[in-house]
Amino acid sequence: MLSREEVLHIAYLARLELTEEEIEEYRKQLSAILDYFERLKEVDTEGIPPTASVLPPRTVLREDEPQQGLSREELLANAPDVEDGQFRVPPVLDW
Amino acid sequence: MKPLWQWNLTDIVQALHRGEVSSEEVTRAFLERIQALEPRIHAFLHLEPEAALHQAREADRRRAKTQDPDTLPPLLGVPMAVKDVLTVRGMPCTCGSRILEGFVPPYNATTVQRLLDAGVIILGKTNTDEFAMGSSTENSAYGPTRNPWDLSRVPGGSSGGSAAAVAARMVPAALGTDTGGSVRQPAAFCGVTGFKPTYGRVSRYGLVAYGSSLDTVGTLTQTVADAALLFPYLAGFDPRDATTMDVPVPEVVLSQEPDLRGLRVGVPREYFVEGVHPQVEAAVHAAIRHLESLGAEVQEISLPHTPYAVPVYYIIAPSEASANLARYDGIRYGPRIQGETMWDIFFKTRGRLFGPEVKRRIMLGTYALSAGYYDAYYAKAQKVRTLFRRDFERAFREVDLIAAPVAPSTAFPLGSKTQDPLAMYLEDIFTLPANLAGIPGLAFPVGFDQDGLPIGMQLMAPPFQESRLFAVGHAYQSTTDWHTRVPPLHP
Repeated sequence: MLSREEVLHIAYLARLELTEEEIEEYRKQLSAILDYFERLKEVDTEGIPPTASVLPPRTVLREDEPQQGLSREELLANAPDVEDGQFRVPPVLDW
Repeated sequence: MKPLWQWNLTDIVQALHRGEVSSEEVTRAFLERIQALEPRIHAFLHLEPEAALHQAREADRRRAKTQDPDTLPPLLGVPMAVKDVLTVRGMPCTCGSRILEGFVPPYNATTVQRLLDAGVIILGKTNTDEFAMGSSTENSAYGPTRNPWDLSRVPGGSSGGSAAAVAARMVPAALGTDTGGSVRQPAAFCGVTGFKPTYGRVSRYGLVAYGSSLDTVGTLTQTVADAALLFPYLAGFDPRDATTMDVPVPEVVLSQEPDLRGLRVGVPREYFVEGVHPQVEAAVHAAIRHLESLGAEVQEISLPHTPYAVPVYYIIAPSEASANLARYDGIRYGPRIQGETMWDIFFKTRGRLFGPEVKRRIMLGTYALSAGYYDAYYAKAQKVRTLFRRDFERAFREVDLIAAPVAPSTAFPLGSKTQDPLAMYLEDIFTLPANLAGIPGLAFPVGFDQDGLPIGMQLMAPPFQESRLFAVGHAYQSTTDWHTRVPPLHP
């Protein structure tokens, strides 16, 4: 069973604010799901390579030619806060 | 003559070519159908009826003016819908999430662009579980879609809006996406045809990423022939998606003769086990016997790792999701919950605007990738994924195709599994393996249960052998009529 601290740690890593109810709910649900996952231990994977992609490993290259991209206006159009053609955020560092 | 909204895609394309109907008539027929049924079904998150009619009239003018009809875009004036996880320039794309409320993408997904180039008119965007995470469309932040066969039941998911729209004949065809069964399972629940291509066959550019090593773009249509008609427009190498393979897309020619002599069909014993509804099992067995009656040789096979599909998928997909969804930070798109610092913005925006299932999967994936647990979960799941691929490679040395149920049961009542995420995940057991192995799949109706709910069967083929699926599915449909049944909805 996951502890409250473990749930909070995962939520911190994922940058998710959780309510008290959510912390308790996820603690129970994630524990049940992880318990179920335990059955993977039954499978012998000694010497089996992992699959990250089903495709053959290869390098896909294209000609390095300049192309027209999206305009600044189009890229900023969906941002919640914009100033002088840039994304506006609170200070990232304290000094 | 059948009313226009009952026509399938193939009939519409042919009638438009012959000038027997206009695009405006066709488009209007479907828009009227949407207007009448949408309040009960809620298949759509966004509709553009005026723009669609304008494009339809434009298409009709273009067709009337041309000297040489063969130079016209082949799908000119054909209405379709697109699942709301694919970008259509200028149409809102929410992915069923509050965190993308108001987001209007400035570009088209490659699949969308190719359909537009072929002349398709996009009527709107269909409902989906938030970021395609779910098996019932109940995880949409904008309310669930209802199953046209029984409005108290789910349409399946996550492409539930697209499946319900096609089942209710609100559109002749729609795009969906399939990461763990999200095209095939709603197709089965709604009694329509759902096609999932080989991973690497169809571009994912403009598909909002969920599980990048598993995501595919597919179709929901009335018939297999319709799916085969759309396939060449969607498939092929895309310089904007490095995972698309530069392999030729074969021309799909469907035989008029339903002759399956020489075809070897494998029936995996692990898909007919306790927990599968007896009526589902009976209908799928009957469909397999039908393939046999058309000349196919049927043999039992084994896909021994099937029982591990849920843990493998629900480690790998959430792990990939936890990385993919890191981009939603309240800075570049979507709403922001304001905070004192940047960190506050991240925590509040993500915590409050992601729904419960998305947060659950982000947490699950974050846990599986975190220090100390990576080897036990993520690395282990990746190794077992290799064993899934080997199961199929071994099977396809003996058989040409695999036939199996799509889901253990038919459409379940709304709300019946929302409190138990694990029970919901277990519904996916029979669709997940095709995604883990990257192989193509095709689901279509093969009967109904005693409550009048559709039952689906899926065919699976080796990588890049989609033509085989279409040939066999078409042979089945040209000798049965399950796919022609229309839900008893009265406008």
